[in-house]
Amino acid sequence: MASTETTTAPETGSVEAGLDALETAQSGRTPFRKTFVDKIVPPITAIVVVLVVWQGLISLKIVDDPTKLPSPSAVWDAFRNDWLQGKLLGYIWTSVSRGLLGFGFALLIGTPLGLLVGRVRFVRAAIGPILSGLQSLPSVAWVPPAVVWFGLNNSMMYAVILLGAVPSIANGLVSGVDQVPPLFLRAGRTMGATGLKGTWHITLPAALPGYVAGMKQGWAFSWRSLMAAEIIAQFPDLGVGLGQLLENGRTASDMAMVFEAILLILFVGIAIDLLIFSPLERWVLRSRGLLVKS
Amino acid sequence: MATTTLTKADPSVEYAARLEHVSKSYPGPGGQQLVLDDISLDVAPGEFVTLLGASGCGKSTLLNLVAGLDRPTAGSISTDGRPALMFQEHALLPWLSAGKNIELALKLRGVPKPERRGKAEELLELVRLKGAHGKRVHELSGGMRQRVAMARALAQESSLLLMDEPFAALDAITRDVLHDELTRIWAETGLSVLFVTHNVREAVRLAQRVVLLSSRPGRVAREWEVDIPQPRRIEDAPVAELSLEITEVLRGEIRRHGQH
Repeated sequence: MASTETTTAPETGSVEAGLDALETAQSGRTPFRKTFVDKIVPPITAIVVVLVVWQGLISLKIVDDPTKLPSPSAVWDAFRNDWLQGKLLGYIWTSVSRGLLGFGFALLIGTPLGLLVGRVRFVRAAIGPILSGLQSLPSVAWVPPAVVWFGLNNSMMYAVILLGAVPSIANGLVSGVDQVPPLFLRAGRTMGATGLKGTWHITLPAALPGYVAGMKQGWAFSWRSLMAAEIIAQFPDLGVGLGQLLENGRTASDMAMVFEAILLILFVGIAIDLLIFSPLERWVLRSRGLLVKS
Repeated sequence: MATTTLTKADPSVEYAARLEHVSKSYPGPGGQQLVLDDISLDVAPGEFVTLLGASGCGKSTLLNLVAGLDRPTAGSISTDGRPALMFQEHALLPWLSAGKNIELALKLRGVPKPERRGKAEELLELVRLKGAHGKRVHELSGGMRQRVAMARALAQESSLLLMDEPFAALDAITRDVLHDELTRIWAETGLSVLFVTHNVREAVRLAQRVVLLSSRPGRVAREWEVDIPQPRRIEDAPVAELSLEITEVLRGEIRRHGQH
């Protein structure tokens, strides 16, 4: 274009290219060896230490009562037997499917609720404080009333999960909406993103980090309340989930089974977090440049 | 270079923005606080005007009024369509890539989906960021971000571009380069620009007309036509000379506030 040469000093483009190159951050992938040493070796070391101490307590006869502390190998056998009988995945699936389905419902309820509290002043004044107060109520407290309301069935489990997870999800979204920088809203308005368009294109994506944090906490709460519900509410038709397994172990005075159940509950809670929520959170933060590689 | 997507100023419209007796006051501790007092100003189609003033002259308030983000207390403002606005901060949305930021502006303007990608590429090429479509905002340098923000503002295809100290946070070398780019793009597109700054040299370097605002309340204190030919550089003697003259008047305006 002819006007370019007449209005711009000729070297501008090349100076600009140089500046761009100088100021652009270099990025690369961390080598696997480094990831292995930094992220994988420490937790494995910790597990090995725990196992050694545990075995030491048994071998040195410091605790010499298998009904109080089973040996690691007894717990291992409990796992092995359930696996060989094909029951292990059944226990896990019963609880995980309940937990995830309940969490899905909690998302469906908590998301519009959070938006309403975040955006409508009257609703916020009315139920905002209750909603954040509910977060500090241990969701186990909902098990007795839920049993009375719904009886011993799956609805009762779902009710307990919902009451545990909905406040966290809604609160996460509310704080996400509160933290949307006003500059984004102004920029959106100058482009014509007002009303519903503004909510969809600006407010919701800007609130995503808070929302994901709320989801993560919501999952932790629903998993805990589900386990409490499964331990308290025993009924043959409900099937055996991890909570029931734990309670069955206790009534049978089978400490190996109790340990098996506790380890499974811990393992599943961590696994869901590691496989679903942590990657989701990292992706959200990294794509915005909010997560600096350490 | 593709500039077909950009609006040339329509010669049948006699102004890109017209402000008539605009005043703005906010409720303050001692009653109503007058921020802008009786401002009348025309920006002609294709004209580059800088608004210059010290702190407290209500420059940003004035731009918000012209952008339609706020309403004047008195007087009227008319613009030819909704103006585009660039801020001191790039205000790019960090969850979208550079190109998608531009595409969002196109989408909100009603450009159909199949055309958006191509237009975004053209606009990136216009600000010399070819190939940056997929880059994340945090991967770009400050100067590159402001150029993407400029491309996004141009995507709105308004005939008036409002700029609120857009280069104030950049280092001097980058700012010089962006001055060149803005001058080039302004000449290529025939846009009208209303550019707010407190930097006298920047005002003279860029504008055809410099409007000096007094402070508290903001009034039009004086205007200068700048007939130094482009391309100018901020170090050029005529730029420095006029800057000196304007700075003296600006200092006089500021001095008045220390006297009572």
